[in-house]
Amino acid sequence: MTDKTTRATAWHEIIRASLKANDVKLIVYVPDRVFTPLIEALHADTYFTTFAATREEEALGIITGAWMGGMRGAVLMQTSGFGTIPNALASLVVPSQIPALIFVSERGTLGEFNLGQALVYKTMRPVLNSLAVENVTITRHDELAFTIDRSIKQAVATQAPVTFILSPLLTGGKVFEG
Amino acid sequence: MTGKTTIGAHNAKVMNRFDLTKRLVGQLKREEAVIGGIGNANFDLWASGQRPQNFYMLGSMGLTIPIALGVAIAQPQRHVIALEGDGSLLMQLGCLATVAERAPKNLTIVVWDNGVYQITGSQPTASAASADLVAIARGAGISQSAWAADESEFDQLVASALKGGGPTLIAARIDAKPAVGATDRDPVQIRERFMRGLGVKRGTG
Repeated sequence: MTDKTTRATAWHEIIRASLKANDVKLIVYVPDRVFTPLIEALHADTYFTTFAATREEEALGIITGAWMGGMRGAVLMQTSGFGTIPNALASLVVPSQIPALIFVSERGTLGEFNLGQALVYKTMRPVLNSLAVENVTITRHDELAFTIDRSIKQAVATQAPVTFILSPLLTGGKVFEG
Repeated sequence: MTGKTTIGAHNAKVMNRFDLTKRLVGQLKREEAVIGGIGNANFDLWASGQRPQNFYMLGSMGLTIPIALGVAIAQPQRHVIALEGDGSLLMQLGCLATVAERAPKNLTIVVWDNGVYQITGSQPTASAASADLVAIARGAGISQSAWAADESEFDQLVASALKGGGPTLIAARIDAKPAVGATDRDPVQIRERFMRGLGVKRGTG
């Protein structure tokens, strides 16, 4: 288990730096509790244009347009949000060869308390794999920077989307408080 | 009395989508980007002439305006126009709130309202009976939203919107005539041509 409070460089700071180093300027998200420190860090950094969309598929549409206009973008969502985007992936992002960078806060495992999250979690990797969308699950802090940096470069070079599934092992996740 | 009487749709003339599309495209002199929504909005855009700055959606119903917003954010010096049908817009109404919050000056949304899901068999949309798409857009925060009373006013609203003080939404009541053409269906070719039309090189570095 990582101790995310005492590390010299927090996971969200590593992601922010990797996005910046790879010219990813547009961040569109649907909020998530676990991602809150990342979202706050991105909002605080004027290098990025960061804002919320009302739905995850809307966020994908926005960064698709931005890519075609010459600006790299990433979307942030939680696992349940992923359940809303298969059509946008299958009918826009994948066939149009858009290097969408999709960050998912992993819910539904390692201590999930919400059955709805636990069930939608089971659909995520099968959907990604059936569409042949690259997906990497990140559990280790020491592999985070390398994984994000190289995967963004691969997405752009091969014009293909990539999904980063950030495990509770990395982020701490969300725990049952009741 | 219907829900539309306060905004003016009841006075709006029923026009033709292909005719209005040609009128719109005829005003584009500065390589403005146009995003055509899935279905007949797309088809009539295609039939109006295949400009390199046109993008034709082949799926992802409802994402016309989000795609246009993304292009507008990436290229703030270029005007971007989204052509969307009433059914598609009703599927993704939240995007109007996002557009209003971002307030891109270079974005114009055109809504073709024929009151039916035309391409799937003309089932009625909610806008046929009760939903006023201009009132919804204003409520979402796009204050410059208006019904075009006739072709002449449509031309004027487009000319005004292209000056760049957006975001702007222009809604037109249209008839149920079918689209005049149909797009090619090669998404990579469409995307590549569009990116070249916008002066963007492939991002492979």
